[in-house]
Amino acid sequence: MSEALLHVEGLLTSFPGARGARLPVVDRVDLAVARGEALALVGESGCGKSMTALSIVGLVPKPGRIDAGSIRMRGRELRGLPVTAMRRVRGAEIAMIFQEPATSLNPVQTAGAQVVEAITLHERVARGEARRRALALFEQVGIPDPPVRFGAYPHQLSGGLKQRVMIAIALAARPQLLIADEPTTALDVTIQAQILELLAGLARETGTAILLITHDLGVVNQLADRVAVMYAGRIVEEGTRAAVLAAPRHPYTHGLLRSMPSLAQPGERLAEIPGVVPAPDAWPPGCRFEGRCAIALAVCRAREPERTRLDGGAAVRCHAVAGESPQ
Amino acid sequence: MEGHVLGNAFAAAIVLLAALAAWRLRASAFWRERLGEIARRRPIATVVVALYLGVALLDSVAWRDAQPGEASVEARSLLDRAFPADFRERSYSAPLAAVEFYGGAALAHPGRHLLGTDILGRDVLHLALGGARVALLIGGLTSLIAIPLAIALGLAAGYLGGRTDDLVFFLLSTLASMPSILLLVALIMVIGRGPVQVCLALAVTSWVNFCRVVRGETLKLRELDYVSAARALGVSELRIVWRHVLPNLSHLVVITFVLTFSQLVLSEAILSWLGVGIDGSWGQMIDQARDELARDPIIAWNLGAASAALFGLILAVNLVGDALRDVLDPHTLRERT
Repeated sequence: MSEALLHVEGLLTSFPGARGARLPVVDRVDLAVARGEALALVGESGCGKSMTALSIVGLVPKPGRIDAGSIRMRGRELRGLPVTAMRRVRGAEIAMIFQEPATSLNPVQTAGAQVVEAITLHERVARGEARRRALALFEQVGIPDPPVRFGAYPHQLSGGLKQRVMIAIALAARPQLLIADEPTTALDVTIQAQILELLAGLARETGTAILLITHDLGVVNQLADRVAVMYAGRIVEEGTRAAVLAAPRHPYTHGLLRSMPSLAQPGERLAEIPGVVPAPDAWPPGCRFEGRCAIALAVCRAREPERTRLDGGAAVRCHAVAGESPQ
Repeated sequence: MEGHVLGNAFAAAIVLLAALAAWRLRASAFWRERLGEIARRRPIATVVVALYLGVALLDSVAWRDAQPGEASVEARSLLDRAFPADFRERSYSAPLAAVEFYGGAALAHPGRHLLGTDILGRDVLHLALGGARVALLIGGLTSLIAIPLAIALGLAAGYLGGRTDDLVFFLLSTLASMPSILLLVALIMVIGRGPVQVCLALAVTSWVNFCRVVRGETLKLRELDYVSAARALGVSELRIVWRHVLPNLSHLVVITFVLTFSQLVLSEAILSWLGVGIDGSWGQMIDQARDELARDPIIAWNLGAASAALFGLILAVNLVGDALRDVLDPHTLRERT
């Protein structure tokens, strides 16, 4: 990962808890996204995926804050950057797409005006030129009949079209990294596939790297080059898509995969992972997955597993895996 | 500067601004369509509002006839000039009457007073028409002071939160905890009784509620996804407020402008009743007609004309405001198409 575009090291983001304690929601996370690469950050609700994304763009909602770690974009440290400099990074270098296309567009501005705003925000562009580029973006993200949709208000567009407009807005300033936070969760399954295809195609065309945040392994399979599995604020497993999906090492990844509905065995009862993700103030001293793990050992309760490097750039945090393949 | 010169300047400014606005709006298909839609939805109310505006403007343009040697001639407006120069009687006369109400002496202008005359013999129609200017001045000028103030403070409080919010809310609570009539009267006592002073006093008491609404709405809007999305795109906070929060408040502004406008015109009537209103207002006419209601036979034309003029303006403004809100809200447009 020497060619990393985005390099996150030891990221620690916390919120205030009871009696003045800080509760980490993102706990010393390391991430790297290479140029043009699509990395999927996978995990259940509440394990810190979105907070990781917001930390990267410096928009952790108050009273949360980043306590430690470094976030480097093309070698430049983003933490501690002045507000105006950070604003230039957002949108121009790192853009974001949100989960809810329905509410992520300003209801009183036309779709076109919002794309134009995104274009003119980071570049001095004449009005006619911005409009021309916005129409080209509409075309690029597969919006049929761009001149008509350009003047349409968000409520006149379908969910899929709105998400396409959101993508056009995100791509307006030609960012190098696109953070997509559950980009297809609010969409119909058929539209989901189209949007994912679009994202993958655009990434290929423009060389934009994607940090995809999702709980849906089907989405991961369609879009991601590499996968990082997050659990309770920690990255518990990472590796290439093929390795993680075909031969998961961590029992949590295993569980996630087994709870996926599959067309191969219709009618079969889905496996589930018992219990829920523990809240940050209830993290056990040992492995955080220990309470829900089928193969937990005695050591899991006592000590948190270290990050174990595996072949092919993969890594895992699990005593059981570390035991069978010593470093 | 003399009163009528100021009035002329004011009228000229309004005509100029209106012409400028009309010229700009004509260029925009959006506004041409929306304004046309209002006229289509509420044709009568639109005409009525325009008539009131026209009468008020006519009454704003005034000049003094050159009369050498006589310095104390009053300036007369276009509206005044529509009536004969000495259009007065000695006292009450019924509408279109030929003789005085009490005593039956012959009138100077028999059968010419369409709505009769008041206790001082002034023509009631003339007074009622003259009240339009005062009413629009109260509603318009006060709204122009109160609404921008309310928006600015409400946005600041809601968006910035923290200390700013505390400060604004303290101000709101303090003002809201005083009976507004008492506050109004006290303010007018302090700053004087001219039209502008009354408007200022009304502005101080009327911005509170709207500011509260703006603050609440801003609190809601600043948490919305499109505001976060704008922030994630690197839009500056000031621009977010200007482009993404304020426009989403605009329907509130329109509705509130209309409601405040009507309410202000009505409050002036109450102030007049308390004796601190503006000269020439409908409120003052109603106040002066108070005693007349106790007379027998009853003298109703004075009160009736003022009330009808007041009622007509407020109803028409409310109807036009309603239509304006409907056509400006993208969501109601959807229901039409």
